[in-house]
Amino acid sequence: MSVDTETVLRIASLARIAMSEEQAERLKPELNNILGWVEQLGEVDTSGVEPLAVVIENHTRMREDVVTDGDKRDDILANAPVAEHGFFAVPKVIE
Amino acid sequence: MTDITDLGVADIRDGFRGGAFSAREVADAFNDAVAGAEALNCFIVTTPEKAVEAAEEADRALAAGDAGPLSGVPLGIKDLFCTDGVQSTAGSHILEGFVPPYESTVSGNLLGAGAGMLGKLNMDQFAMGSSNETSYFGNVVSPWKRNDGGNTPMSPGGSSGGTSSAIAAHIVPAATGTDTGGSIRQPAAFTGICGMKPTYGRCSRYGMVAFASSLDQAGPMARSVKDCAILLEAMAGHDPKDSTSLDEPVPNWEAGLSSDLTGKKIGIPKEYRVDDMPGEIDALWKQGVEWMRDAGAEIVDVSLPHTRYALPAYYIIAPAEASANLARYDGVRYGLRKLPEGANLQEMYAATRAAGFGDEVKRRIMIGTYVLSAGFYDAYYTQAAKVRTLIAQDFDRAWESCDYLLTPTAPSAAFGLGDLSDDPIAMYLNDVFTVPSSLAGLPAIAVPGGLDHQGLPLGLQVIGKALDEQGVMNAGLALEERAGFTHRAEKWW
Repeated sequence: MSVDTETVLRIASLARIAMSEEQAERLKPELNNILGWVEQLGEVDTSGVEPLAVVIENHTRMREDVVTDGDKRDDILANAPVAEHGFFAVPKVIE
Repeated sequence: MTDITDLGVADIRDGFRGGAFSAREVADAFNDAVAGAEALNCFIVTTPEKAVEAAEEADRALAAGDAGPLSGVPLGIKDLFCTDGVQSTAGSHILEGFVPPYESTVSGNLLGAGAGMLGKLNMDQFAMGSSNETSYFGNVVSPWKRNDGGNTPMSPGGSSGGTSSAIAAHIVPAATGTDTGGSIRQPAAFTGICGMKPTYGRCSRYGMVAFASSLDQAGPMARSVKDCAILLEAMAGHDPKDSTSLDEPVPNWEAGLSSDLTGKKIGIPKEYRVDDMPGEIDALWKQGVEWMRDAGAEIVDVSLPHTRYALPAYYIIAPAEASANLARYDGVRYGLRKLPEGANLQEMYAATRAAGFGDEVKRRIMIGTYVLSAGFYDAYYTQAAKVRTLIAQDFDRAWESCDYLLTPTAPSAAFGLGDLSDDPIAMYLNDVFTVPSSLAGLPAIAVPGGLDHQGLPLGLQVIGKALDEQGVMNAGLALEERAGFTHRAEKWW
């Protein structure tokens, strides 16, 4: 499968990365090279094989159902590009 | 007296405890070495005051009779680890200026054991790269040069290239690395040092900037196997803050070190003989086989039939996980924000991410987003996850006839900075020997074996069964003792 410029722009929009048509044009052959290279996985017969979900056996542990991480507002906001009134601030979303 | 900066972790620890020098003298010596090595660009941030503070605490603790296992030892910390009150960027622009109000478990464990911090080590952006050319803070340069009289700056490998270069240049005694597909072992091989990726889950990933969560694992890098054992012992352990960390006891690996391999079987995987591999690497591999025999091991041939599919599977799985993990960088909670005039929220996300991520990171996010998108998920992602199962089964089958596998670490010696940067796939091929064990979550160590005709280091790798770090280190020690690798880069920086 190979991607065209329009597809590159659509993926960029899904990935929330601003991209000009020119940049997409430049990225297109790079993505196609990589996608062409990974195509070889199609040769492997995987019928009846389960996809690997957990690489090393581990068990799930339960913890007490109590709040363990409260009262950290200022720590959490400390690195915010813009914080106002104890909240993260973003551009207006509702007109 | 030996220069303090030529000592490793064990020697510093023991010398400090024995009164040969104070922790403050050690910290001062390494702080000076760090300050004098700017040309290598190993550090994004240096923290000499932190190193001094920990050293003064170590000196007090020793006098009071309660020195920790790593008291007196200053370390470098890869910038992938969040460090309380110290900028942590994972080599990216999008996290520039991010100062975590918390400490990663691994760095916290090391500091809690008494270690000091010399600074945050440069790395490929978000650990994506095998050459250290993708950091926003500039390339790391290896201390090694080719012996051809030329002056080509060499790659220290990646992504833990700041770590490998700093250790090889003796400006830190040891440091943390992280390995997703080979990011500890390949840079160790390129710079003539040791590096160990433990079993997935041995070390907590809490506070480690995530790249590919099912693969990322912290590990030690140092100039000897013993130093790796000491560090790993301090780093590892179950952490309630990371549900993937293993609830297994941490053995006393240093005390368990033994290079006697009598009764052990070493498997030589025939599929690791790749096309175009330099003859010198093949020769070193054969030499490694002889060293293993000399240590008492029996050599057996094994087959890992799906080896050639490991890299393409990795380059679907890792970008898929990365595209999800890196979704958190959107200009709202931390790091960079780009808000073009009149932009709405969606446009702010897209502008921030376009400005904050480097080309390789964008490439991988795009690949990841594509392979996870509707219509392609099964063809790419599910197929790769199934191939991953087959790769893990290959190893399980190999363990029926051997205890460890011996392979080269990388398919070439270090290359010059810039040599491969225009060819992503050629760059990805650097991890051909390290990726399969990463996909299977297995422990593996890289040990320097010798020099090539250009005077550059070459490494050997030992892969072992899950949780058999001790066996892997012991086999690594057997190689280390026989290789007697004492070469070091001539100081030019």
